[in-house]
Amino acid sequence: MTADDVWEALAEIPDPEIPVISLVDLGVVKDVAVDDGIVHIDFTPTFMGCPALDTMRVAMEAKVAELGAQAAVNVRLDDSWSTDDITAAGREKLRAAGFAPPAPRAAGKLELVQLQRGFRCPYCGSTNTKLENLFGPTPCRSIRYCDDCRQPFEQFKTI
Amino acid sequence: MSDRTDLLLALADDELILGWRNSEWTGIAPFLEEDVAFSSIAQNEIGHARALYELAARELGSTADELAFDRTPEEYRSAALVELRRLEWARTIARHWLYETADEIRIASLKASSDMEIAGLAAKIDREEAYHRMHAEMWVDRLLASEDGRARLEEAIAELWPYALGVLDDVLRPELVARAQERLGRVLPDAEPVPRGVHEAELAELWEEMTSVRRSAPAGAQW
Repeated sequence: MTADDVWEALAEIPDPEIPVISLVDLGVVKDVAVDDGIVHIDFTPTFMGCPALDTMRVAMEAKVAELGAQAAVNVRLDDSWSTDDITAAGREKLRAAGFAPPAPRAAGKLELVQLQRGFRCPYCGSTNTKLENLFGPTPCRSIRYCDDCRQPFEQFKTI
Repeated sequence: MSDRTDLLLALADDELILGWRNSEWTGIAPFLEEDVAFSSIAQNEIGHARALYELAARELGSTADELAFDRTPEEYRSAALVELRRLEWARTIARHWLYETADEIRIASLKASSDMEIAGLAAKIDREEAYHRMHAEMWVDRLLASEDGRARLEEAIAELWPYALGVLDDVLRPELVARAQERLGRVLPDAEPVPRGVHEAELAELWEEMTSVRRSAPAGAQW
């Protein structure tokens, strides 16, 4: 078994809260190394209070067990993940499921005014949208409203 | 206990206790968006607390849960600002804004730490806190926009100011004074900071409630 086999297997694990996207698409699997039958996985949470953390860890361990190996999941609590790490395929899957993908991180400080207008509605494609609430049903989402198709939608926060 | 562990516990306790206080708005905030906002902020803060406790626990040979729930109220290192129970909107916003402003200053200094674990964790926390700050600033703008709002906010800040000063140490405190005065456009009175570790009576009440489930199952519960 190679690290590539493990990456392929992990790409089949859906995010527990947004199942259209996989953990690999999300960019939260940082490193995979196979060493003497043990699969070492470096993993970092998106938002630190995410209750899906343990579910993700168990799912990765189960997936590796299916490959006939044992997983050692190391949770990395550092600055190694941002929403810029979500893959292009992952962004497209989010959009197709009605989530506006996160905007790229700007170099400067994130300002409320940048978030207030102009993100694209995942339903009709209009940019005539506005921020309804910085916070949403899970820590990673904000709520927006499209003034053209009059549809509220969720946006993945940029962090 | 090392200075490092002491620092981690102070940070973690602030985030845990404030997270608990924020969660008290769940279901009863003035409108739905704020119900969602304060609940979400609470969830983030408690997530930060968990990560900070885990770092401290490694050094103490303990666990995050033991540190969060098995100490006596006197052992918490939280600042009194986060312990106060103020289920009134202007005071909630004032505390939120004062804390986030102080926390931004503290996080910036931790991000520059030579301790890579602490610097990395601070940077990760900071990404989420950016949203808390935007939320707090939005509310300060809103309240400052009307005479009534400004009066209520200023009254709340005057009450909470000595507590806010107690969140930071002597080195970082002047930065909070400068930022708060600039934002409010006026000079805030000199006040004696309420020192960290001097607890408000409200903490014991909060602790009773917060630890009740864990104390009810001393052998541990299976969920």
